[in-house]
Amino acid sequence: MSASSNSGAFRIKGAGRLTPARTARFTFDGNSYTALEGDTVASALLAHGVHLLGRSFKYHRPRGILTAGPEEPNALLDVSRDAARRQPNVRATVQEVFDGAKIASQNRWPSLKYDIGAVNDLLAPFFAAGFYYKTFMWPKEAWAKIYEPIIRRSAGLGVSPTEDDPDHYASRYVHCDVLIAGAGVAGLTAALSAAATGKKIILVDEQPEVGGALHYDASTTIDGQNGYDWAQATAVKLKAMPNVTVLTRTTVFGYYNHGFLGLVERVTDHVAKPSKDAPRERLWQVRTSKVILATGSIERHMVFANNDRPGIMLASAARNFLNHHGVTVGHNVGVYTAHDSAYEAAFDLKRAGVSIATIVDSRDKPGEAVLAEARKLGIDVLSGHAVVDTSGRLRINSMTVARNGNFDRRKIKVDALIVSAGWTPSVHLFSQSRGKLKFDEANQRFVPDVYAQNSVSAGACNGTDNLAELIDEAITAGGGRIALSGENRFDWTGGMIGAAEGAGPDHAVKAFVDFQHDVTAKDIRLAVREGMHSIEHIKRFTTNGMASDQGKLSNMHGLAIASEMLGRPIPQVGLTTFRAPYTPVTYGTLINHSRGELFDPARKTPMHALEEAEGAEFEDVGNWKRAWYFPKRGEDMHTSVSRECKTVRDVAGVFDASTLGKIEVVGPDAAAFLNLLYTNAWDTLKPGKCRYGIMTREDGFIYDDGVVGRLAEDRFHVTTTTGGAPRVLNHMEDYLQTEFPHLKVWLTSTTEQWAVIAVQGPQAREIIEPFVDGQDLSNEAFPHMSVAECTVMGVPARLFRVSFTGEVGYEVNVPADYGAAVWKAIWERAQSMGACLYGTETMHILRAEKGYLIVGQDTDGTVTPDDAGYGWAVSKKKTDFVGIRGLKRPDLVREGRKQLVGILTKDPKEVLEEGGQIVADPNQPKPMTMLGHVTSSYWSENLGRSIAIALVAGGRSRMGETLYVPMADKTIAVEVTDMVFFDKEGGRING
Amino acid sequence: MLLIHCPYCEEDRSELEFRWAGEAHVVRPENIAAISDEEFAEFFFLRNNEKGLTYERWRHIHGCGRFFNAARDTVSDRFLMTYKAGLPKQPVPVAEKFAAIAEEKSVETWEQTEGDAR
Amino acid sequence: MRKYSVFAIAREALRAHKGWEAQWTSPEPRSSYDVVIVGAGGHGLGAAYYLAKEHGITNIAVIEKGWLGGGNTGRNTTIIRSNYLYEESMDIYEHSLKLWEGLSQDLNYNVMYSPRGVMMLSHNIHDQQSFKRHINANRLYGIDNEWLTPEQAKAFVPVLDISKTARYPINGAALQRRGGTARHDAVAWGFARAAADRGVHIIQNCEVTGIRRGPGGEVQGVETSKGFIGAKKIGVSAAGHSSVVMEMAGVRVPLASNPLQALVSEPMKPIFPCVVMSNTVHAYISQSDKGELVIGAGTDQYNSYSQTGGLQIITHTLDAICELFPMFRRVKMMRQWGGITDNTPDRSPIQGVTPVPGLFVNCGWGTGGFKATPGSANLFAHLIARGEPHKLAAGLTLDRFRTGRLIDEAAAAAVAH
Repeated sequence: MSASSNSGAFRIKGAGRLTPARTARFTFDGNSYTALEGDTVASALLAHGVHLLGRSFKYHRPRGILTAGPEEPNALLDVSRDAARRQPNVRATVQEVFDGAKIASQNRWPSLKYDIGAVNDLLAPFFAAGFYYKTFMWPKEAWAKIYEPIIRRSAGLGVSPTEDDPDHYASRYVHCDVLIAGAGVAGLTAALSAAATGKKIILVDEQPEVGGALHYDASTTIDGQNGYDWAQATAVKLKAMPNVTVLTRTTVFGYYNHGFLGLVERVTDHVAKPSKDAPRERLWQVRTSKVILATGSIERHMVFANNDRPGIMLASAARNFLNHHGVTVGHNVGVYTAHDSAYEAAFDLKRAGVSIATIVDSRDKPGEAVLAEARKLGIDVLSGHAVVDTSGRLRINSMTVARNGNFDRRKIKVDALIVSAGWTPSVHLFSQSRGKLKFDEANQRFVPDVYAQNSVSAGACNGTDNLAELIDEAITAGGGRIALSGENRFDWTGGMIGAAEGAGPDHAVKAFVDFQHDVTAKDIRLAVREGMHSIEHIKRFTTNGMASDQGKLSNMHGLAIASEMLGRPIPQVGLTTFRAPYTPVTYGTLINHSRGELFDPARKTPMHALEEAEGAEFEDVGNWKRAWYFPKRGEDMHTSVSRECKTVRDVAGVFDASTLGKIEVVGPDAAAFLNLLYTNAWDTLKPGKCRYGIMTREDGFIYDDGVVGRLAEDRFHVTTTTGGAPRVLNHMEDYLQTEFPHLKVWLTSTTEQWAVIAVQGPQAREIIEPFVDGQDLSNEAFPHMSVAECTVMGVPARLFRVSFTGEVGYEVNVPADYGAAVWKAIWERAQSMGACLYGTETMHILRAEKGYLIVGQDTDGTVTPDDAGYGWAVSKKKTDFVGIRGLKRPDLVREGRKQLVGILTKDPKEVLEEGGQIVADPNQPKPMTMLGHVTSSYWSENLGRSIAIALVAGGRSRMGETLYVPMADKTIAVEVTDMVFFDKEGGRING
Repeated sequence: MLLIHCPYCEEDRSELEFRWAGEAHVVRPENIAAISDEEFAEFFFLRNNEKGLTYERWRHIHGCGRFFNAARDTVSDRFLMTYKAGLPKQPVPVAEKFAAIAEEKSVETWEQTEGDAR
Repeated sequence: MRKYSVFAIAREALRAHKGWEAQWTSPEPRSSYDVVIVGAGGHGLGAAYYLAKEHGITNIAVIEKGWLGGGNTGRNTTIIRSNYLYEESMDIYEHSLKLWEGLSQDLNYNVMYSPRGVMMLSHNIHDQQSFKRHINANRLYGIDNEWLTPEQAKAFVPVLDISKTARYPINGAALQRRGGTARHDAVAWGFARAAADRGVHIIQNCEVTGIRRGPGGEVQGVETSKGFIGAKKIGVSAAGHSSVVMEMAGVRVPLASNPLQALVSEPMKPIFPCVVMSNTVHAYISQSDKGELVIGAGTDQYNSYSQTGGLQIITHTLDAICELFPMFRRVKMMRQWGGITDNTPDRSPIQGVTPVPGLFVNCGWGTGGFKATPGSANLFAHLIARGEPHKLAAGLTLDRFRTGRLIDEAAAAAVAH
């Protein structure tokens, strides 16, 4: 045996498929190592004889590498490129080495070799499954203050990233005819077959190259070629076909409804210097007509005492490291198996010059073919024996062997132990698709039975072991006509699930079932003794299968131990649920582009940039950014808003009302339709006039409100609240299409089409007059609540004479593209006349001074029009409208309902908190009886005092009453008043 | 994510284009103003919430905008058919129904017996 | 029942834990019971426990079609809080929270109630108005809930992004310090053990297929997959399947069963100290004692009993979470799952008598049932024992849908204007 000097002493010359000339440097816990390109972190460290990679979750036992794939429970590492690109819990068996990688072990302190937490291992008798449910209860407060923090600190594995992720992620939606999950022999064969039909195919495999089991299985030939070479050649052939996409380093992580699957492609995590443009990972969302599941199977470990030491590994993993990476797991390797497949690993190692200490086979009769080969190669086989213990603190140094049922033990020195209890079909995706499994008694495994979606399983995941049958099955699954022959040296037999001979007795040993969570065979037995008879209870009580590998190795063993303990056959104990994802998926990948501005794109009005230039502060209202107030240099919000409020009433103000929802309601039955959708009557509204409308749902509560202008007999311009537009349109469409389809009406959303510039104040008319053509703006020709189509600055416009301030007011609607230009001109003139820009805060205050309500602030979905003081807006004459019946329900007409009223603090300087609760007696004991709450509250600069609106039980009958708003630090006395605080006569609105 | 056939567009489209719109064939009473409190509560609040075959409405809100009806199995989430608004409740083809019911029987206790041999 | 304690553990540690007795047994059903409860989730098992403990009724069967605690009890994100708005809600959730505070000791089972605080993020003025309305109502009702500035919120949750440049900047938060989490399975198991100890029969893998009624319309018992079981009173507490069970008695309830999904990350060392919720971006998150980030996703839009949901719900939840906590973008989702929530039109539960004599219902807890477990169970036991609701649950009747006296917590949160 000779070793490549720099890429590790355990590298075997001539073995494996990596190129010795291409190397990469990385560090592990501060030590520097050289790897070969194509190494995983696991193979690279093994090449240097490093087996100790981590510590377990609960007992902090030293752990090494158990597998060579994504099912790895032990070797979880922290991998980083730089401080912000640090990734905890990375499986060493999946992560490919890249030059410059910084890798560290986890869950240990102060170091991997000397870990204080390992004291838990000594205390293990106290830490049986579920022990924490039975203690830590005294004294009562101690759980949260003392015990839980300690438990939390000792649990967990890696350390969370602490910086925002600088990498980016991509996303792709794809449709295809056939998606094939897995590109081993079955998947590749199925792909060749399916591709021959001309259908659109996507073939997916999680490894860097196709081949699956052919990575380690060096003795299979297909189509006369070495299996692995055939696989690569086939991939080249498939990739060249126009109807085939081959994705490697890509995992099908979820099989959802209606042929929808989620895939994650790892694009740059293996690259030393990724291009800046390349995404780290890519999410593929695939909708397919058919799925071929060729997901293979996963080897199981043997459950026996101290089966978790570094150096103990699955036989297929050892074979993979040898045949693919050219690395041996030791120089003197023991084998413990219940299945023929481990023999082939031993043969390969032996032929590579590695000494095989002995093969311990729990079966009395191993397969004859492998036995004969072992004899030929001079390997000792102890059939009918068990490994009953191992030793070695940080790495196995011996195994203790005994004949089954016999107490004579002997120690055999080894530096590695490879194990196999047989193979578990990977039915995860099949189960996620909601297919039903059946138990294959002869082979002790679950295999697909009833399919819930259009899918088919082929190969090892379907329990098909024989190569010729597997190829036939895959060809059939693909639906094409191709011929392919395959040959392997040994047909495997054997396998066991549950605890092996060496796993008992309970008081003496730890025989691990779930490595990462430190679940032992005795934990499962304990759970059963404690009455946990459902496999779900056992899982949850012991945490078996709940670690980051989600039970890929442990589920079947746990089930078998439970079944034996319960005395019930396995199918009756059941299997726990397989849930997506198959392997963990990065949040960033699932999110991909949906971050920052694309997380939820902000809606901005056509005048947004101009407002920004004027120094506006913005607030979020739904998806909209709305100008909140316009501070001048040195102004804070309060002074800015007070100035805006004064200016609007003294001169005028310009306000961006573009976010108001707008719906064009057109057709001969438009008025009849609005009659049904609003509480008001609309047939009496004349063209050229507007009316304030209230909309309820069938339940009679206020749903939305807004001004509606009638432009013609058959045309209405409906406005809604800013947040309400989409749901109001949906609500209207629903009734129009399904309840009133006889009405000839068309609905169109025009929210984005119109820019709306509100000009309000005593000078409003003078400001806009020069810009308007085609409409006389005099009070007589165009009084309050009028609407007209005209031009503004030559642009076709809809002009409304409406007011949400109590002043003379106009709302200029122009096509959105002209919004900025018109705004600019109006604002220039307004500014020269001493007017101001104002934002939503001032709008809120001015309307509150007039007692105008805001749906969603002063109402909350439990308020009727009458509660709000808008009973007048509910037509008494109409025989039908949406809400007519709901309004008459007993609770909606009872005495004492909460009604909107004004409230004034006794101290005029006191501004109430919005959301403050109102009581009659502030000195009553808690829980207090609350009469209502403050819905709107402001400082009114125009009135020189605070004002507020509140919902108060029986409010309108309490005029003049003194009530109280108790706050944390004081109680505020208030008086109930009507809601109009300013210009009670309402003269100003008519100018 | 569901795949839904819009009977107006005559295409299978992703659920992202649709909005669910509640139980189908709930008719607003012609004389709604005159019905009793009980009748109103039934009309407005009570829904069948079937486990198994359900009739429901969807709106192709990011497509043609039309409301339509669907028959779906709420256990498997499989659509048995979709049809235009205004049509009376459509009988589900017998074979489809059997499949739905068989599926219901087999998936019903999914969570507890998943993986059970049969 | 042998008491659990650190001494018991020490004793058992010396004899390989051979001495632990079964936490509950699996008896064959008797021919009849005084009370049959349908559904062995936390609410149903708890009701049986309180019936035995507080009302002296022990001849009870809790019938479960699957395994106890396997429905929403074992699938939720374990958030506990009581800072609701309406008196009816505050009454029941605060009653529950008080029971949570002593539940481990009462049951002699560590349910790991962890008052680590529930923080609700405010992103805009509308949120602020709504939260302050809650905070003031809670204070006057004797329930803790306080307003935090963004800086105070960050001090409590150091990983929170409070930058002004965020898509939805945080302008404050409401914090209920007594809110928190508990270990969901332990709640079901603790109630099961304590109920079984008092003689309650827990009958698993037994599906109710019908409700038999007498000549006067009164209940006589349930038909099940294990045969007929007589009952003087029946309490239905079947969460997502309540519609199905109530239909067997000819009672329609205003419920919609919707899939609700959740997910956990791989386990990590402690990074997240409390529960954080945001209604505006639709996300809630905490970290379990095992170290997993536990994230609640949204409800799928359609009715379903499938216990699965769409991937788009998960992705939309995660993008919201990562807007709030950008450093979690490299964290990995380990497992996603779904449950069936039973939602009422006003998003408040129904607990009360039904038109059928002897039949009582407890349902409609929607997405909030876990936090209510001990309180709901306690009041449901009162209802079954006395035949009329406890005053703390008096508003939760079915009749409110006729009168219009809804308890509309969802509407109270209102909508952006």
